[in-house]
Parts: sequence; structure tokens; C-alpha cells
Amino acid sequence: MSWISKTFSSSIGRKIIMAATGLFLCSFLVVHLAGNFQLFKNDGGLAFNAYSEFMSHNTVIRILEIGLVLGFGFHIYEGLTLTAKNRSARGVGYVSDHIEQNSPWHARSMAMLGSIVLFFLIVHLYNFFGTLRFGEPVKDSMGNENAYGLVVDAFRNPLYVALYVVAQAALLYHLLHGFQSAFQTLGLTHRKYTPLIKFVGVVFSLVVCAGFAAMPIYFYFFK
Amino acid sequence: MAGSNPNAKPMNLTLKVWRQKNRATAGQVVDYNVRDISPDMSFLEMLDVLNEDLLRKGDDPVAFDHDCREGICGSCNLFINGRAHGPESGTTTCQLHMRKFSDGDTIVIEPWRANSFPVNKDLSVDRSAFDRIIQAGGYVSVNTGGAPDGNEIPVPKEIADRAFEAATCIGCGACVAACKNASAMLFVSAKVSQLALLPQGHAERATRVENMVAQMDKEGFGACTNIGSCAAECPVGISLENIATLNREFLAAKASSNNLS
Ligand code: FES
Repeated sequence: MSWISKTFSSSIGRKIIMAATGLFLCSFLVVHLAGNFQLFKNDGGLAFNAYSEFMSHNTVIRILEIGLVLGFGFHIYEGLTLTAKNRSARGVGYVSDHIEQNSPWHARSMAMLGSIVLFFLIVHLYNFFGTLRFGEPVKDSMGNENAYGLVVDAFRNPLYVALYVVAQAALLYHLLHGFQSAFQTLGLTHRKYTPLIKFVGVVFSLVVCAGFAAMPIYFYFFK
Repeated sequence: MAGSNPNAKPMNLTLKVWRQKNRATAGQVVDYNVRDISPDMSFLEMLDVLNEDLLRKGDDPVAFDHDCREGICGSCNLFINGRAHGPESGTTTCQLHMRKFSDGDTIVIEPWRANSFPVNKDLSVDRSAFDRIIQAGGYVSVNTGGAPDGNEIPVPKEIADRAFEAATCIGCGACVAACKNASAMLFVSAKVSQLALLPQGHAERATRVENMVAQMDKEGFGACTNIGSCAAECPVGISLENIATLNREFLAAKASSNNLS
């Protein structure tokens, strides 16, 4: 199968992996955000706990989870190694470089923004996923693990709240470039649809990141 | 001269020029002063003035590439004040005029920077990596025989125009120089799009893109992250859309060609 491995280890092949996994992770963001909106329900977290119980015990979800881990894994691995390769392609740097005059900041900072999101992801997994999956969380009145309680506790800590909000800002800029960039990389450009893709990318980035950022803010100030 | 440009007052400038003896030695920035530069001069004429000064003093003149000096050959390639071909967009270095600068300015002049473009001397770099990419597939093979009638192969005007737009690439390398990843994808994509659009290019369509991309990777250019610096600095306005076409052509070729390796 050497033509397959050759395709995906070429520079364009690796970009295609970045783009495809990136869009796949965007779909995960939608599912995650939609589920999390149950945090805003005024029921002491019963709905959210039931949802969280389902997500962590349903077999189909657990199988899909493997895909999610692979998606993250490839995106992170390719992102880091491509960045290193691209940096070294320059060799000697410029004494005077005014690249800010010809390209947007966030597009040039994808690796840095992605690294902030990655750091956040690790803390986030430790905060919630780790405790729910491997710890012994308390149960709520319905007998479900009290994920809601974990959220309330975590967001009492202003440091966590700050980290979560900053990470969403980083994700916002990462998506503002990444969403439309992924379509460009996959060759999905068209006079009719590209303007629409760009517009949807901006709306998507704003809605998703504002939605996620609203959660720590809401719990810190109103719960 | 003064009639055409009311501000045509001669300028005095400080130049910070990258000097490097050859590939093997390290280089450094050296300061020079040039005096009485006419705003109507081109940037290369200003460097000619500097070099005449240096020769008169018995110094080594600054090496830089140039040929046509009218923006068509793509030989001239200077990174001026942090920008490929200087501050003006849509311009080659030879078409940049000194009226874009002001009396007393300091101008930093560097060679293109990319591992794949090693510095020969001073501001002159070796861009033969581009030649090798073109040799890998950036052509149409034509068997000898009688010349076919020009109108025998119909090409719609819109397609012809798009192919021509891509064909305007002069191979100067500003895309590589400007890109933070030193990526050559705009250059490669211009040739791939041009030939993929035209019926004459279809026979070798799949092998062309496979071979050109393989050579591009072998030369050590970086991978595109769609930041757009290349297209912004391209003197002939090659658009990023070509890179999307390149990616599409590459995927289609890999998925459908008979090439198993
Ligand atoms: S010298 Fe030919 S393009 Fe500038």
C-alpha cells in the first residue's frame, strides 16, 4: 500500500490530514456544545447528568470515541511536526521581516493558538473526563454520576474560569482561519460557495466559542 | 524629469545590505550610504549607483540577479524592508521605483530566504530548485509532426483566460520568500492549474501533478498553511485559488492514477 502512505506523507497529503481531521473535530465541537447546553437547565443538573451518563456508557458512543481520539491524535501530531518542518524550511531568517503587512496574525499563529487549546484540553480532560471515567464521583438523586457537581466545583476556581475563557478565545482565532482554510486545502473552492463557506466559518467560530465561554462565566458569576 | 515628477528631489539613503562571499561562508549586514538618488530611478539602478561607488573605491560590488529589468523575466529578487520585492504590491524589484522611498530612509536589502534557495553570493540566490520542479512535469510533451490547426482544439474563452492568468507566473520565487513556511505551492500550483485547464495538458495531467509535488517535497520547501502572504506579494497576482486546484488535482491523481509507487 505504498502509494497510500506516500500520498499521506507528502506535503499536500499531510495538509489534507490536517484539514480533514480539523473539520471532523469541528463536528465534535457542535455535538459537545449542544450537549453542554443542558448545563443551563435549571434542574440542579439532573438532565446534564443523565446525558453525561449516557455519553460515557453507551457502546456506540464509546466506539465513536476511538475515532475522536484518532482525530485529535492525527491533528495534533501532524500540526506539531508540520510546524517544525515548515519552520526549518526557511533556514536563515530575515533581519527585517514585515510579514504582518501581507497576512493576518491569526492565520500565522495557528500552531501557537492550537497549543493553547491543547494545553486547555489536557487540563479539561483532567478536570472532568478523568474524574468521571476513572475517579469515584458522587451520585445525584437519579443515581447518575454527578457531573454537574464537578462543573459547579471547577468553575468556583477563578483560575479555571480564566483558563477556559482564554482557551475559547484561542479556539476562536484558530477556527476563524482553520474552518475556511480546511476547505481550501481539500480543494473545495468555488466562486459560488467559497464566500458562503467563509461566512459560515465566521458564524460557526463565534457561536461555538461564545457558547463554550458562556459556561464558566455563567457558573462563576451566577451559581 | 522634474516636469514629470514635482517631488523629484535627489535623495540620500542608508542601505543595510546582506553581504556574503559564497555559499560556504556566513554573511552579515553591511551599511552603505548612497547619495543623490533620483526618485525616478528604479531600485536596481539605485544599486547600480552603489556598485559604481564600490568599484571606484576598489571594493567588491554587491551581487544581485537581474535580466530584463522590465518585470517579465523573474530574475530580480530582493527582500526589501521586510517584504518580497519591496513595499509596492504587484511589482517586481526592477519595477520598483525610488519615489516609493523618502530622503533619509534606511533600506534593508536581503536575499530570498529558504533552505531550498541557497545564497550564491550577497543578494543572489540559487533558484534551480524551481527548474527541477518544472523539469519533473511542468510541460506538455509534443510529438513531432505537422503543426495542428490552431482552432482544431476548442478552448472556451473563460478557460483560456484562467489558464493564461496562471501562466503569467514568472518564477521569481517571491511566494517562497514571503511565505513563513518557505512553501513553493503557489509557484507549483500556477503551472499545474495552467496545464490542467488546457486540453493539451490533459494527457499528462495525473503524472504531472504527482511528479511536480514529489520534486517540490524533495527540494525541501515547506507546506502551505493558507496564510496568503504568497499571493499578496506575487508581482503578477497569481491567486490562492490555484493552490486549491493543485490540492484537488493531487488528490484526484493519487486516487485515480495507475502509479502504484
Ligand atoms: S529583472 Fe526581469 S523581472 Fe526584474
